[in-house]
Amino acid sequence: MNNDTIAAISTGMASGGIGIIRISGPKAIALCDRIFIRNKNNKESDGFLSKAAANTINFGFIYDRDADEILDEVLVSVFRAPHTYTREDICEINCHGGLYVIRRILDLVISSGARPAEPGEFTKRAFLNGRIDLSEAEAVMDTISSTNDFALKNAVSELSGRLSSEIRKVREEVLHETAFIEAALDDPEHYSLNGYPAELDEIISSWEETLSRLSKSFDEGQHRKNGILTVIAGKPNVGKSSLYNLLTGTDRAIVTDVPGTTRDTLEEDITLGDFTLRLIDTAGIHETEDTVEKIGVERSINGIERAELVLFVTDAYNGMDEEDEKIFSLIGDKKCVIIRNKNDLFPDEAVMLDGVLLGSALKDTNFKVCDFSAKTGEGLDELKKIISDLFFTTDSFLSDEIFITNERQKYEIDSAISALSLVKQSILDGMTEDFFSSDLMDAYSHLGKILGEEVEDDLVDKIFKDFCMGK
Amino acid sequence: MNEKILEEEYDVVVVGAGHAGCEASLACARLGLNTIVFTVSMDSVAFMPCNPHIGGSSKGHLVREIDALGGEMGKNIDKTFLQSKMLNTSKGPAVHSLRCQADKLMYSLEMRKVLQHQDNLTLRQAEVSEILVENDQIAGVKTVSGAIYHAKAVILCTGVYLNARCLFGDVIEHTGPNGLKAATFLTDSLIEHGIKMQRFKTGTPARLDGRTVDFSKTEPQYGDPVVKPFSFSTDPATVQKEQVPCYLTYTNEKTHEIIRANLDRSPMYAGVIEGTGPRYCPSIEDKVVKFSDKPRHQLFLEPEGTWTNEIYIDGMSSSLPEDVQHRMIHTVPGLEHAKVVRNAYAIEYDCIASGQLKLSLEFKNIRGLFSGGQFNGSSGYEEAAAQGLLAGINAAMEILGREPVILDRSQAYIGVLIDDIVTKESFEPYRMMTSRAEYRLLLRQDNADLRLTEIGHKVGLISDERAEYVAKKKSEIQTEIERVSNVSIGASKNVNDFLATLNSAPVATGIKLTDLIRRPELNYEVLAPLDTDRPALSDEVTEQVNIDIKYKGYIEREMKQVEDFKRVESRKIPPDFDYEQVPSLRIEARQKLIKMRPESIGQASRISGVSPADIQVLLVYLSK
Repeated sequence: MNNDTIAAISTGMASGGIGIIRISGPKAIALCDRIFIRNKNNKESDGFLSKAAANTINFGFIYDRDADEILDEVLVSVFRAPHTYTREDICEINCHGGLYVIRRILDLVISSGARPAEPGEFTKRAFLNGRIDLSEAEAVMDTISSTNDFALKNAVSELSGRLSSEIRKVREEVLHETAFIEAALDDPEHYSLNGYPAELDEIISSWEETLSRLSKSFDEGQHRKNGILTVIAGKPNVGKSSLYNLLTGTDRAIVTDVPGTTRDTLEEDITLGDFTLRLIDTAGIHETEDTVEKIGVERSINGIERAELVLFVTDAYNGMDEEDEKIFSLIGDKKCVIIRNKNDLFPDEAVMLDGVLLGSALKDTNFKVCDFSAKTGEGLDELKKIISDLFFTTDSFLSDEIFITNERQKYEIDSAISALSLVKQSILDGMTEDFFSSDLMDAYSHLGKILGEEVEDDLVDKIFKDFCMGK
Repeated sequence: MNEKILEEEYDVVVVGAGHAGCEASLACARLGLNTIVFTVSMDSVAFMPCNPHIGGSSKGHLVREIDALGGEMGKNIDKTFLQSKMLNTSKGPAVHSLRCQADKLMYSLEMRKVLQHQDNLTLRQAEVSEILVENDQIAGVKTVSGAIYHAKAVILCTGVYLNARCLFGDVIEHTGPNGLKAATFLTDSLIEHGIKMQRFKTGTPARLDGRTVDFSKTEPQYGDPVVKPFSFSTDPATVQKEQVPCYLTYTNEKTHEIIRANLDRSPMYAGVIEGTGPRYCPSIEDKVVKFSDKPRHQLFLEPEGTWTNEIYIDGMSSSLPEDVQHRMIHTVPGLEHAKVVRNAYAIEYDCIASGQLKLSLEFKNIRGLFSGGQFNGSSGYEEAAAQGLLAGINAAMEILGREPVILDRSQAYIGVLIDDIVTKESFEPYRMMTSRAEYRLLLRQDNADLRLTEIGHKVGLISDERAEYVAKKKSEIQTEIERVSNVSIGASKNVNDFLATLNSAPVATGIKLTDLIRRPELNYEVLAPLDTDRPALSDEVTEQVNIDIKYKGYIEREMKQVEDFKRVESRKIPPDFDYEQVPSLRIEARQKLIKMRPESIGQASRISGVSPADIQVLLVYLSK
């Protein structure tokens, strides 16, 4: 039964900044190896953890290969079966990049082949593998069995009526379409599937749209809850400090200093209206500002890598120079607001920053431009609106209460989306309709898990309910 | 022994000689066991009281599987069909299904002949009234006349005969189908021995005098130009013959009006019928009520045989009164002046409540007592035959001291069928459907021989010769797949010209032959001109090669799912496992588990009311 590998954040989700992700199962170590590098400059995985001795703590970095991005500096503990809590191989990733980073690392672990652990699952494995005795397991058993009601209640309470009804609606439609296919296969002289694949393709697109929006609401929920990792970048003397002071100096700002543990960085949470910016590398802002001779580029690399939002401060008066472009090239596909700091010396449109560069940047929906005066505070409200638009859908249904906040729910929605994309692929490949059903039902089953609903004889029932069958 | 009553000794007693009973008794006799099979009438052996066809979507799969295991149904329909059609040929191979119109009388006569020519088999007309049980072990049966037949195993295949009653309008007749004698004693004896019964219902349409039907107002439906036999061992040359058409016509608003106006006279709607009817086989009054938006319903007019002019109205089963039946029939194009030969009627009968059988189809509480067919809560000739065959095989295995044959859901539709019947609570007669099979791309009708011949051979119902033939076929398929996988096609003008003739895109660089085969518009066969080293192989081999290559990705995915399935399936639950000692199980789950006593974790997970969390809890306790 237990030959898959499971993962979960094993520390609470308080915003202490430090967290542990525990991974247990036969693939635990190999999986970590895939995302673990020891040297920032050599991003090839070298199977170091697989070679590491049991009960060792290994220093390195978690590297997201697809995004070509280093997520955090970590310590990975390697424990080998059978001398572990679950009697399986276990890796624990100790990270300190804050909640957002922990989430991203967990996402990466899951996309690398682990499955989010069920409640009590580590303990269950410990028992199944003979590590703890029954009396110790009893308590956990109750936890597991209570997931019956819990899953449902949780699903209902965590998902607002509106969100769950959206999922339910898609799920019901998936079942209806599958039932139609099956009815036609069962009674081909009665129901025809002529032209149906193209029709289904369109229907699936609309499901995908809904589900992607819901999946994205998870990220939005995370951003609302945990703040947006933000870096203020720019070459020296463009007004980064002023911007910083303006942002933190607003009376609504809540500032907490979190000293970084291994880096000379500071994090500060700044609440702007209904969202929070988690400013990283605030030390960098001042340092580069103070020591003019120090090139800002090098400093920016680290900060931009970790950030989700780059506030790229430029000098509106002097336009963009080579150094700006260097920083600009680091931003990649990050969300970015180019802040044209006027310094109250704004002459006219002609000397705005490099038109070509700006023009190409603006084609990317991740880039926005904001005219700003760090001295007077002019443009602050616009900046807030721009950030909000970048990260949060304006759709009114996404008020705080209806985000998907649960990693497992997001996992199921994403799994449903992948199953649906397989159906689209089958349609594209010209497969006949009988090949669609199993992926459709796969999507159906994933969506059901979010609602706490089982798949039993739903399909057969639906066939008879919606279609007139039989001779 | 009491000299005043007849007493005989057999290895196996089979009660009922319908489609289940025939397969069960033939299997036992062919495995060398002295077998007697009882029928209420010698004229109703392998009788088809309802529709005149064998096969159809998913049911065709069952017939193929029965054949591969050494059953008789496929061979018998090959001898007696009137029309044959492979359904869904425009769809993937998983849902191709063979369906034959049967000559009902000839089907029955041919099967009776087979039974009567079978060594070790006695066919006997008598009504069995009691089962004899000693210490939870079956001992034999008693007939209405008092005769006792001792046996090591008894197989109940009573179909729809137990306490049967037929209804239409306010007419109630206490008979089995078609006026045949009902069996009115056996239910009591079963209940006495602790077997729980329930009541199901089904129905059949009217039969018309073919001479009074105006077929010119209908659309004729023909069979396939080249007939594929049902049985893997039937020579295809012997089944190419002139076929009889069926005819398509429709109901209309007038028909529906008459039905709606007389619903209160239907025993179903008046609440006279107690049994639960099948949703897939709704009466015409059900269709009109439940799908009121449909302006018309299809009706197929199907000939019943060569020795009768009777026409079966497929799609119009009913229990409305005689006069309403006549009036509604006369609204249908082509049937304006049709004369009714037999009325439509609903039939109610006793069958067992689910949860009492093991996967071997043996009763959990009475050793040596097996059952199959509609008695088990299924419907359909093919479903019955499949269970009858497995019940027969397993009764024989038990007597011979061998392991039971249990097909799982990844091996056969028969496995899906039996697992569903045994595991799921049924509230209506169970019909097979391809959507019930999770791994249907693997369980195709075209590869039933590859999947099951070996099992049939091991059992002893398949000859060495046949088994060797299939083994050779398997290896030829494998060899050819490997060869084709290594063939590359260069991007020459010749190749692209050839592809153009098949409306297929040209290739820019070399391409693997398998990639070409996977294109929707191409297949193994049409690419022969590009595949110069191709060996001469039989059609049945190349068909498999094509399917295997063409759907490789999908097939491999299903095979991976099967691996997961097998892992759960192999976690056995001891038969005496005490669910009461598992406090964390929810009450509903515990009750269901105690009632159903699943044989494995996999089976437990399919019981309705048992959640994944319950299964997790169970796993923990089982590993104690």
